[in-house]
Amino acid sequence: MRRLRRAFEIIAIAAGFITVFAPPASAHAFLDRAVPAVGSVVRAPPTEIRLRFTQRLEPAFSGIRVFDRDGKQVDRGDARVDATDPVLLRVSLPVLPPGAYRVTWRVLSVDAHVTEGDFTFDVAP
Amino acid sequence: MIGKSFAAAPSSVPAALFILCTGSVVSGAAAGHGLVGKRFFPATLTTEDPFVADELSLPTVSGRKMPASGDEPAATETAFSADITKRVTENFGIGFGASHVKVKPSGEAAERGFDNLELGVKYQFYRNDERESIASVGVDWDIGGSGSKRVGAESFSTITPGLFFGKGFGDLPPDARFLRPFAVTGQLGIGLPTRSSVTTVGGDGEASVERNPHVLQWGFAVEYSFPYLQSFVQDVGLAAPFNRMIPVVEFAMSTALDRGASGTTGTINPGIIWAGTYFQLAAEAQIPVNKASGRHTGWIVQLHFYLDDLFPNSLGRPIFR
Repeated sequence: MRRLRRAFEIIAIAAGFITVFAPPASAHAFLDRAVPAVGSVVRAPPTEIRLRFTQRLEPAFSGIRVFDRDGKQVDRGDARVDATDPVLLRVSLPVLPPGAYRVTWRVLSVDAHVTEGDFTFDVAP
Repeated sequence: MIGKSFAAAPSSVPAALFILCTGSVVSGAAAGHGLVGKRFFPATLTTEDPFVADELSLPTVSGRKMPASGDEPAATETAFSADITKRVTENFGIGFGASHVKVKPSGEAAERGFDNLELGVKYQFYRNDERESIASVGVDWDIGGSGSKRVGAESFSTITPGLFFGKGFGDLPPDARFLRPFAVTGQLGIGLPTRSSVTTVGGDGEASVERNPHVLQWGFAVEYSFPYLQSFVQDVGLAAPFNRMIPVVEFAMSTALDRGASGTTGTINPGIIWAGTYFQLAAEAQIPVNKASGRHTGWIVQLHFYLDDLFPNSLGRPIFR
């Protein structure tokens, strides 16, 4: 038990030391939440895609695209980082007919780490 | 890179060969940090990572009762280790590791001291973002005589060339989408001692010869990424801290090949990795695979920092870009 406590003490000291001496940094931006949710089935067609990331994004190099089952891009092409919330990426949608859709995103966090991903959602008939 | 046993199960060799032989080899810029496409490979504890990165493990703490071997009695071993890896270029990295060990033989006083220092180099030669595949080669050098004999540090060096690979299963078909968060990393290496045997003279003047076999170091890690599930497959509503957890089982094995030695020893290590923004925390049990590997379950915990995220403009980027 004493050994375990000592291990935790060392871990805490190491974490504290590095946290204190690390400059303010922005890390890789990972997807935190999506609306519509990843893999969800929605009854009402969404009017936009909203992706919330774990880090602030570089607006000029961050984007979303939405494709239908046939691979045709269906979003309005106005992907943008929210002006008041720099971790929120959004793109507008026309009225989507029922079907399966694929969202792809690629973002650059403010310290130049690139991350990317994709997911699907369905609009119910 | 350093401070881990090499690994890669025989069953994983075909996977590694597949990676090597796939036509669409992409050797693009490394993202560091274990990112391949949308796959994040966390740093594992006892098997080598397949990527080159700027990372610091401080500390790795482990405890385990080791079985008796030859004239040596069973002993409880506790180790505090630090390992750092640094990218020299995007795809080439170096590493350094040190461990302070306490060995407490049954019925005897404890001995303390440093184990041999370790140096390593690794080159990432393959990366395919779409297939979430990555492969590297490297050489690990256990520097003989740099540690304390009291804790069993060898007087000779061991050079271990190895192959390391990782494969995420994000390319599985939609029907198997809940298997997409699975990933496998592994390694296969061979430990080459610089001396074939060591002769020691006991207090009674009698010489004994200990032979040092070549050792196949192999193992792999199977992981299921909750972050991957949440972000790319289906948001199942996991909240913090579970949404950043990656259950993992590591298999770390050694097989003696010659010089009168034979057999495989190792541990199976089930555990959890929690991957945060700047660091990860991990804890695993170490379950011996057979009697020769011991009879007691050990443990290992680690705090691991992502230097490329903590220091993106200095320590956390390649020396040469």
